[in-house]
Amino acid sequence: MTKEEIIQPENLVYKKPTLMNDNPMHYCPGCSHGVVHKLVAEVIEEMNMEEKTIAISPVGCAVFAYNYLDVDWIEAAHGRAPALASAIKRLWPDRLVFTYQGDGDLACIGTAETIQALNRGEHIAIIFINNAIYGMTGGQMSPTTLMGMKTATCPYGRQADLHGLPLRITDIAASLDGTQYVTRQSVHTVAAIRRAKKAIRKAFENSMNGKGSSLVEIVSTCNAGWKMSPEKANQWMEENMFKQYPLGDLKDTSNE
Amino acid sequence: MAKEEILLMKGNEAIAHAAIRCGCDGYFGYPITPQSEVLETLALEKPWETTGMVVLQAESEVASINMIYGAGSAGKRAMTSSSSPGVALMQEGIAYMAGAEIPGLIVNVQRGGPGLGTIQPSQSDYFQATRGGGNGDYNVIVLAPASVQEMADFVDVAFELSFKYRNPAMILSDGIIGQMMEKVILPPFKPRRTEDEVVRECPWAATGRRKDRKPNIITSLDLDSANMERTNLHLQEKYAEIREKEVRYETVMCEDAEYLMVAFGSAARIAQKALEICRAEGIKVGLLRPITLWPFPTKQIAEMGKRVKGILSVEINAGQMIDDIRLATLGSTPVEHYGRMGGMVPSPEEIVAALKEKIINQK
Repeated sequence: MTKEEIIQPENLVYKKPTLMNDNPMHYCPGCSHGVVHKLVAEVIEEMNMEEKTIAISPVGCAVFAYNYLDVDWIEAAHGRAPALASAIKRLWPDRLVFTYQGDGDLACIGTAETIQALNRGEHIAIIFINNAIYGMTGGQMSPTTLMGMKTATCPYGRQADLHGLPLRITDIAASLDGTQYVTRQSVHTVAAIRRAKKAIRKAFENSMNGKGSSLVEIVSTCNAGWKMSPEKANQWMEENMFKQYPLGDLKDTSNE
Repeated sequence: MAKEEILLMKGNEAIAHAAIRCGCDGYFGYPITPQSEVLETLALEKPWETTGMVVLQAESEVASINMIYGAGSAGKRAMTSSSSPGVALMQEGIAYMAGAEIPGLIVNVQRGGPGLGTIQPSQSDYFQATRGGGNGDYNVIVLAPASVQEMADFVDVAFELSFKYRNPAMILSDGIIGQMMEKVILPPFKPRRTEDEVVRECPWAATGRRKDRKPNIITSLDLDSANMERTNLHLQEKYAEIREKEVRYETVMCEDAEYLMVAFGSAARIAQKALEICRAEGIKVGLLRPITLWPFPTKQIAEMGKRVKGILSVEINAGQMIDDIRLATLGSTPVEHYGRMGGMVPSPEEIVAALKEKIINQK
């Protein structure tokens, strides 16, 4: 069998989403962002929303998300993505409007915008990458950094008296009357990736069906910031991150 | 032709009615004295039931400005209004809009500062408005209304300029113009643009990527210094064109003037009264009122500077526009300032006295 004989449509088992272009990603090897980008692209394609998507990127590692997914993007100021999304969705109600934010952007500087947009029940979806660290600026403490975890700004480990306690903002989101669907997922195993994709699809569908706001947290690794190998980072996430940020749906009223 | 209806209303109310009538797609704002009537009037008028205009009370001025950044990025005519401390909070979003070349309208109904200051009128945000205000090398187009009529008229003017140049525009008003009631003829109704019109007229906007084009990416970020410099040079070329083409001003009795007052907005109204007092006394005073504060009528003031014996800058602040007058006249004539602060407003008599003391009776 030649290579050409093998490369036939009937033999296709995997295809990169068309929306993902060939630009080399700036993400570190082992980072969760690439997987989540792919899931977002797949869901947009499966929903046939390629021409009707307006995406909002954050400040943080995903600041360059617009370089990899071929939809229209707006780069928000740090933390303000949900404010942009609120206005855009109200002015373009038939568009799929979502934000893609990290823990520093969403749970720290953008706390007000996040909680207020979710509680207004804006018909938007928020993808929240929680890797408990500021990746882009070089590994500083974030609001979701675990107790005892070492970062560039808590080099001796996070302590309650010095730094305060980790924030479970997704739990707050679930308590808001404006949210329909709030879930916490991960992308460290094939099964987890499949569940995360379903969650993203549900969040996007809710936003198109006028069913209020949805938040999909993806508990993620930052192996470079955590100073671990990708494999070790996955293991560390399972042993430590999942205790503080347990996976599963926190709220789902979208079928009611 | 139907006779135009003359109404009596506050400047803030005129802004709201004008927004509905000039095809504004969205208003996003946060309450603050002395401009809350803008949002209140819009809430009462319910334009979402008539023109489809979106009205949203945001959680903060930070959110409001980022909402109009988002709306403008998606090609929509969006605006916000606030007063000085709130506009201070908006500077981040205004800089992003300038950097990403996003149109949008910001109305500042100024109050005295610094800090929480007072709820009484002031013109002390002149520097902030005309120098950019946020980070980076940029300018905002600034219009200064001197009447309730101009509050109504400048909404459409500001939107048109903002979209023409893809640059944020500001109406720099104050608590006097915002709160006082005057007669006004509202602008004629202009429909909101359809979605097809938005897509056609704003081919750069993030409206959803159609297959016939590349993705539209709205950003002010570029980590490549050479590219970022090119972006800045492009902005500077645009600003030079705006300086060349969009200067607006008004003159009163400048033809035979031996002395000149320069004043904008509500200060110009008071200065006009001072001018009348002076003229009755036989003192030949003229008034130049910059309508655009940026771009500033530099050439016109330079020209006047060569003809008059002195210029008094009348401002309701500690002296801010005076810097631009001195830069325009380059020492060709004495330039002095008179103003009050903290919410105090100069009287015409005070201005006449200052004109005599600081300009006429010198030398």
